Amino acid sequence: MRTIKPVQMRSPVLTVRRVDTYHAITVVAPGVAERFRAGQFVAVAVGGDTSSMLARRAFFIHDVKPDYGGTVEFVFEVRGRGTSWLSECRSRDLLDVTGPLGRPFPLPRDPVNCVLVGDGHGASPLFPLAHTLRRRGCRVDFVLGAAGAQRVFGALAARRVGETATFATRDGSLGLRGRVTDALPQVIEDARADVVYGVGPLPVLRTVTAIAAKYGVPAQVAVEERMACGIGLCMTCVLPVVGDDGVTRMLRSCVDGPVFRGEQVRFDDVGTIPFDALGAPGWKARPDDSASTEIGQ
Amino acid sequence: MSVDLTARLGPVELANPVLAAAGCAGAGRELAQFFDIARLGALVTKSIMAQPRSGRPTPRLAESASGMLNSIGLQGPGVDVFLQRDLPWLLSRGARTIVSVAGAHTGEYAEVAARLSDAPGISAVEVNLSCAQATERERTFAAEPEAAAEVVASVVAAVRPDLPVIAKLAPDGADIVEVARACVSAGAGLLAMINTIPGMVIDTTTLRPGLAGSTGGLSGPAIRPIAVRCVYRVHAALPDVPIIGIGGVQTGQDALEMLLAGASAVGVGTATFRDPTAALRIQREIEEGLAEREISRLGDIVGLAHRPEGAAGLIRTRSRRAVAFD
Ligand SMILES: Cc1cc2nc3c(=O)[nH]c(=O)nc-3n(C[C@H](O)[C@H](O)[C@H](O)COP(=O)(O)OP(=O)(O)OC[C@H]3O[C@@H](n4cnc5c(N)ncnc54)[C@H](O)[C@@H]3O)c2cc1C
Ligand SMILES: Cc1cc2nc3c(=O)[nH]c(=O)nc-3n(C[C@H](O)[C@H](O)[C@H](O)COP(=O)(O)O)c2cc1C
Ligand code: FES
Repeated sequence: MRTIKPVQMRSPVLTVRRVDTYHAITVVAPGVAERFRAGQFVAVAVGGDTSSMLARRAFFIHDVKPDYGGTVEFVFEVRGRGTSWLSECRSRDLLDVTGPLGRPFPLPRDPVNCVLVGDGHGASPLFPLAHTLRRRGCRVDFVLGAAGAQRVFGALAARRVGETATFATRDGSLGLRGRVTDALPQVIEDARADVVYGVGPLPVLRTVTAIAAKYGVPAQVAVEERMACGIGLCMTCVLPVVGDDGVTRMLRSCVDGPVFRGEQVRFDDVGTIPFDALGAPGWKARPDDSASTEIGQ
Repeated sequence: MSVDLTARLGPVELANPVLAAAGCAGAGRELAQFFDIARLGALVTKSIMAQPRSGRPTPRLAESASGMLNSIGLQGPGVDVFLQRDLPWLLSRGARTIVSVAGAHTGEYAEVAARLSDAPGISAVEVNLSCAQATERERTFAAEPEAAAEVVASVVAAVRPDLPVIAKLAPDGADIVEVARACVSAGAGLLAMINTIPGMVIDTTTLRPGLAGSTGGLSGPAIRPIAVRCVYRVHAALPDVPIIGIGGVQTGQDALEMLLAGASAVGVGTATFRDPTAALRIQREIEEGLAEREISRLGDIVGLAHRPEGAAGLIRTRSRRAVAFD
């Protein structure tokens, strides 16, 4: 059950700036800022009111500030038409934003050691998480990576906020040559990690989860599935997740995620309907088990 | 000027003509975070089936210009959970609720409809005829008058006599007028149209179909002219049968088009994904649009586009008031 109610607002753009290969947009959105918890995202309508682009675009919230009643910043790279339109936005334009959306990162009750792994723009939501963890007395170590140095987001900030910051680039232009997951085991050991948080493409999250499991620590991962509404209406954003009851359900990543416990996501089965998923073709309700017929929340 | 927005759909009377279309408003909980769902003309639920269903694999969505293709595959909790969990909640919020039913065969439609028949508080049952027939693959019930009529007759037989049955039609397959006639003969008191239209996109990077299910259903403004034509033709053939016009309605003006074509109410689907409060905005825009044209009752605009040219005297817009000269 969601506890935080999202809002929809027309938010004036405060600033648009370039950060290496990324764009960062800050909007005035008090209702979103005041409710925000790390790991949540906004869904932005792109292309103006008469746009031919009907699906909202999802972006993790990178930062909120109390200025102007509450501002929200998100960071993105230009992929296609929607992000290209966003990159052309200017100060004072109005953006239709819904948020904060989704289930945030669960926080440890005690001051434990946390490793935060981000691939590409996946680093963006790790910064508000790091601040919250630090305020709770947790140790935070960063592992950030991307294809090349220009696309490693937040390297400076990671060095400042983290106990340590380790980098991995595919071309070797910053830190280790390789992937974040190549650097992760050493960091887990050095930091004596109690929990790993990960954001990035599915293959990265799968490996992060596997490595964490090898060290016996839980992984909390944020997934990016294709979305249209971001608020649970359209059912496009599902992936197979095993519940605490052992039953696999096709859960909506916009409301039941985007953060899941890594070991509960059936990474190898994403893009399929596992035969044992609730309601899969040929699936039959066990007559004694009415609770298991719940789909979603 | 005050405008009476009451939508009179034969046995069903709604406070306003804007419905949340099936499958685009879940069972109301998500939208209720943004507005009071009792303010919808009615909420049509995601199509309910007999058993829980996991739907189709991802990717389930592909955007196209002014449209989107989806292949959700009717993921849902099944009728038991719907009756225990979703329906009581909807009714407790005061939402006018129309329950959409789906099935792989006639028996499943009837089974679900029978379960609903005992539940109090439902305003109507809508029959989603765009399901593939278990026997014929590829072909939907909506594509063939006989198959559609058989399903409608079985639902009508399964529900309380006072529960109105809406047949939801699609533009592909047999002539929609023939399917409409067959459904009305089989006992449907109302018609809803249109459902999504089959389409396909191919990803030029992966060189494969863009959706896991290869084909999907196209919705959004891209299909609106097709929907308007369907409503227009069916209203011409069956002027006494109330129609819910669906397909690409994004603004009050789009809704007026549907009403002029002969719909007595409109369904809003895809627009809700971009704007969760679209239905309320469209209500307001319809009201403004009618006031601007000095029409005081919603019913007065229904089907007006069918009158011969030159008979438009009844309608004046404020900006273009008729002026008489000596
Ligand atoms: C929860 C979540 C958080 C995200 N956070 C960020 C972020 O902080 N920074 C960032 O740069 N990107 C982020 N993304 C990815 C971002 O949403 C896509 O890059 C963006 O939608 C692409 O839109 P487009 O029109 O430019 O691309 P196009 O390829 O033209 O988009 C076509 C369609 O595909 C969808 N789509 C394409 N790529 C993706 C993708 N990777 N994930 C989801 N949907 C996609 C679009 O929404 C659109 O419907 C996030 C995605 C999700 C689901
Ligand atoms: C994601 C999605 C799910 C849908 N699910 C259903 C459904 O369960 N039952 C149904 O009868 N129609 C369903 N539809 C069709 C819509 O109710 C509507 O008829 C169609 O999308 C055209 O209207 P629109 O352009 O306003 O979306 C669905 C449409 C979409 C986009
Ligand atoms: S994006 Fe629409 S349900 Fe998740």
